[in-house]
Amino acid sequence: MTLLLNQVKKRFGKHVAVNNLSLEIPANEMFGFLGGNGAGKTTTFRMILGLLDRTAGEITWNGSPINYETSSSIGYLPEERGLYPKLRVKEQIVYLARLRGMGKNEALKELEYWLERFKVPDYLNQKVEELSKGNQQKIQFISSVIHKPKLLILDEPFSGLDPINVEMLKEAVIDLKNEGTSIVFSSHRMEHVEELCENLCILQKGNPVVQGSLRQIKRSFGKKNLAIHADIALDFLKDFQGVVRYKQTPEGCLLQITSEAVSQEIFQALQGKGFVRKFALEEPSLQDIFIEKVGATYE
Amino acid sequence: MQPMNKFWIISSHTYLSRIKSKMFYISTILILVFIVLMTNFDSIIGVLSGEDEGKVAVIDETGELLAPLNSSLQASETELKLEPFSGSVAEGKAAVKDEKYVALLTLGLDENRVLEATYYAKNISNTNLQSDIQQHLQQLKGRLATEKLGIEQAQVMEIFSPVSMKAVALDESSKSEEELNHARGIVYVMLMLLYFAVLLYGTLIATDVATEKSSRVMEVLVSSVSPVIHMFAKIVGIALLGLTQVAIFILVGFFMLQAKQEEMGGMLESLGLQNVSVSILLYGVLFFILGYFLYATLAAMLGSLVSRVEEVNQMIIPMTFLIVIAFLLAMFGMGAPEATIVTITSYIPFFSPMLMFIRVGLLDIAIWEVLLSIGILIATILIFAVIGARVYKGGVLLYGKSSSLKDIKKALQLTKRE
Repeated sequence: MTLLLNQVKKRFGKHVAVNNLSLEIPANEMFGFLGGNGAGKTTTFRMILGLLDRTAGEITWNGSPINYETSSSIGYLPEERGLYPKLRVKEQIVYLARLRGMGKNEALKELEYWLERFKVPDYLNQKVEELSKGNQQKIQFISSVIHKPKLLILDEPFSGLDPINVEMLKEAVIDLKNEGTSIVFSSHRMEHVEELCENLCILQKGNPVVQGSLRQIKRSFGKKNLAIHADIALDFLKDFQGVVRYKQTPEGCLLQITSEAVSQEIFQALQGKGFVRKFALEEPSLQDIFIEKVGATYE
Repeated sequence: MQPMNKFWIISSHTYLSRIKSKMFYISTILILVFIVLMTNFDSIIGVLSGEDEGKVAVIDETGELLAPLNSSLQASETELKLEPFSGSVAEGKAAVKDEKYVALLTLGLDENRVLEATYYAKNISNTNLQSDIQQHLQQLKGRLATEKLGIEQAQVMEIFSPVSMKAVALDESSKSEEELNHARGIVYVMLMLLYFAVLLYGTLIATDVATEKSSRVMEVLVSSVSPVIHMFAKIVGIALLGLTQVAIFILVGFFMLQAKQEEMGGMLESLGLQNVSVSILLYGVLFFILGYFLYATLAAMLGSLVSRVEEVNQMIIPMTFLIVIAFLLAMFGMGAPEATIVTITSYIPFFSPMLMFIRVGLLDIAIWEVLLSIGILIATILIFAVIGARVYKGGVLLYGKSSSLKDIKKALQLTKRE
């Protein structure tokens, strides 16, 4: 159960929306898609689903192309949430589930399970327009997973949810992954991707600028973060050899340095200057990588 | 899963969710009320105007005019009542003002024994009453004049009896006058049905598509079923809805007519609905279905281009224009089915369902002409289905600030590979 993208390209007239994207997403894996607005995430998803024809390249699921015959094994949560506002939750989820090949009773049973799980069992007969935005999102999420898809595409699944609901949805996503679903999801919340994905891809204007496993990406990024809490003035570190970024914090500073070695030089430099309460070398966050990779090309 | 399965899921969902909607109930009830009103028009008018009936006071200066006038009134079954008034004209006027009478009529003869009359009423806006009286006076005057000349009533009748002229078509296969009348009725009914079906259900399709698009549920739908199937399932679902509604109307209309058969029998006959030839009915059904599908495809395509439901009406203006023009042409064609413009437009797809049906119904045309027109129509539907489906496929993913026909181009571009 592998999703394969091979040299996929999409052009709208002269504008290149996605350029030479190659990915491999095996079963039991959650793949994160990062990118700013208009980076090509939604276009990529639409190509995977067959809503848009690709200009070049190949997309296969399990070795065969994705089309409407395979749609019952695919789930999709679009970025723009879409449900019938006037229909009751029951009516529309059952309708959407039947279009994904489910039976009526089976769909109803699953829906009850999910509503129970999301702690909103009494929404079954409510109209969607009567629900809050966050709760509508839960319903939308249910509609994308109710038919137990083997491939699940989630476009910004957590946006607009409060922390408690984010946790609830995260748990559900992790459970689905462990049951064998391949999951592709996009987000601009780095911490979600960091927490959930083993592999990821950062898109910048249609080009994959960073790609691979999270650990490897962090390691190959090279730069590290250095947090220092001290009672002395640390301004001089701004111009220190190997310091890329300097950020003042209430208790000291946060540095980005080019390599681990730089931290030792700084450690030396701090000797005898005064009292240092904290000196911690940290892995770069995905946020740092994203800003550097995506921000750099803006310049 | 089989595409046909999904087709029926969408069709039945469209049908069921529409048939449960308030709009369906309201429009059905409104039209039913209209039908009931129309079929009982005469009785209702009678009840409403009956209250206004009053008596007219008559001052007959000669004493010999009122009796023959009353007898002619009785023969004509009018509600008008004349009553002799013995007072003076001034007293009569006062009585009218006091609303004892609706009007005062004075009758007299001048020196040549020609009838003279004056009509007094509080206001002379009720021209119905006036013209009624005037009509009967005219008859009376004619009778007096002929009597004076010594002509017998029977002879007068003979002079004024209407001429009987019968139209006979020499071309043997041409339609007889009776057949033509029957055909005209059924053609008229079909034209009206198609016109309203396109306006009503075309708008419904466009609105339905636009609603799904604006609520963004469309992206979920087209990821599980192909836009082409979705579009046609929608068209069929609405068509079934339309059939249900029309069936209700026909049933109710039929029972209303049954109940009032004696009065309405004449109307049925004049519409030619009692003995219609089967072939015309079949042609009617065929052209209706083809016409509906052509316009429905257009409506779905236009509906897929708008981003907000409010823009639907503006977007379907071209479709409305086409059907209105077709209807006007058809109304003209009913009176002059042999006109060149009718012949030409009976091959032009958006007009042909109406105009070719008129020609089939009223003229005797070669079968190849009908087949050619149907062929062109079917080909156009197929072309439109292909283009419409492509526009639809792109259109449902297209969101813009303003919607216009230019979006067709954008929508088509979206479906291209580059």
